[in-house]
Amino acid sequence: MAGPQLVMYEEEFHQISAVLERLLKESNGKVIFLVDKNGQLIANCGETQNIDSTSLASLTAGNIAATGGLAKLLGEKEFSILFHEGERDNLHISIVGQRVILVVIFDERSSLGLVRLRVKKASDELGRIFESLVKKAEAESAGVLGAESPFAEISDEDIDSLFSE
Amino acid sequence: MSFINYSSREINCKIVYYGPGLCGKTTNLQYIFTKTNPTARGKMISLATETERTLFFDFLPLSLGEIRGFKTRFHLYTVPGQVFYDASRKLILKGVDGVVFVADSQIERMEANIESIENLRDNLKEHGYDLDNIPYVVQYNKRDLPNAAPLDELKQLLNTTNVPDFEACATTGQGVFDTLKAVAKLVLQELKKGK
Repeated sequence: MAGPQLVMYEEEFHQISAVLERLLKESNGKVIFLVDKNGQLIANCGETQNIDSTSLASLTAGNIAATGGLAKLLGEKEFSILFHEGERDNLHISIVGQRVILVVIFDERSSLGLVRLRVKKASDELGRIFESLVKKAEAESAGVLGAESPFAEISDEDIDSLFSE
Repeated sequence: MSFINYSSREINCKIVYYGPGLCGKTTNLQYIFTKTNPTARGKMISLATETERTLFFDFLPLSLGEIRGFKTRFHLYTVPGQVFYDASRKLILKGVDGVVFVADSQIERMEANIESIENLRDNLKEHGYDLDNIPYVVQYNKRDLPNAAPLDELKQLLNTTNVPDFEACATTGQGVFDTLKAVAKLVLQELKKGK
C-alpha cells in the first residue's frame, strides 16, 4: 500500500498536546486543531466544545488538497499557508513537515502577525515530533521493537460483531 | 491508510464511493445517514452545486463500535462523478482504505460505468495503489428501473476481478448497508493483515 500508516502513540500524543497548548497561549488563539492530510483529526485544544471537529478536519484536508492541486498547476510545490478572514473569527492554516495540517482559529484578541510568528516556531517542534513518530512506526512495523499489533489478533467474529445489529 | 491512535484508542479508516455521474453515490450516503443512530454518526457534509450535483465531495463520519478495545470509525466520502471534475476526484482518493464502485445499472450508462472504472484504476495508480490489491466492492445500483441491464452482463463487464458485489436500489435503501458492511469488513481484514 502507498505511504506508511499513521500511528499515534501515547508519548508523542502528550508531546504534541503540550506544543499545541503552548501555541494556544502564546498566539492568543481560540482553538487549535492538528489534522492529518487525509482528513483525520490528530489533536485539538482550546474552545472546541462548539465546533464539529470531525467535519472541520475533513473540510480542512479537502481545502489543503484543492490548494495543493492549484499549486501544482502553477508549478509550485505547495502553498504552505492559507488564511481565511471572517467578521469575527479567522482561520490560519499551515502545513507542517509536508504531512500534517495545523489550524489556528483566532479573533480580535490576536493578530495575523502574532499567529504567523508563533505558528512558525511550533511547526518546527511539531515537525520533529512527527519525524520521530514516523521512524518509530516504521521500526515497529519492521518488528524491530518486537511490539505486538493489537489488530493481528482480530478475529472474523470480532468483525462480525460490529455488524450484529 | 488508516490512522491508528493508541492514545485515544481509535482506528480511523477512509472509504470512498466512486462511480459515474448520477449513479447514486450521494444517495447511498444519504440513506446511511438517515438510517444510522444519531449517536453513531456525525454531520453529513455535501459540497454540491445549486442543482445538487456533487462539486467536491460528500462526507459522513460513522462509528461502528469497539473492536479489541479500539473505537472503529469510518469516514465515508463520495467523489464528484462528472467527467470534468477529475482533478477533484483524484484528490479525494488520497489515503483511501477501501473503495465502493457504484455502477448505474441502466443499459445506456454502461459506457460511462466502464470509463469510470478505468478512471478509478488510473487515479489510484497515481497515488500508488492497485485496484486489485485494495479492499474493493461493486454495487449495481438502480436495479428497480425498467431499463436496467441483466445482472450477468453487468458482472461480466464491471466486475472482471470477481470482488464482492451487490444489487441495490439506493433510494429505497436495498443493498446499501450490505455494500457498506462488505467493504468495511474487507478494510478491517486488511488492517489485521497489515503488520
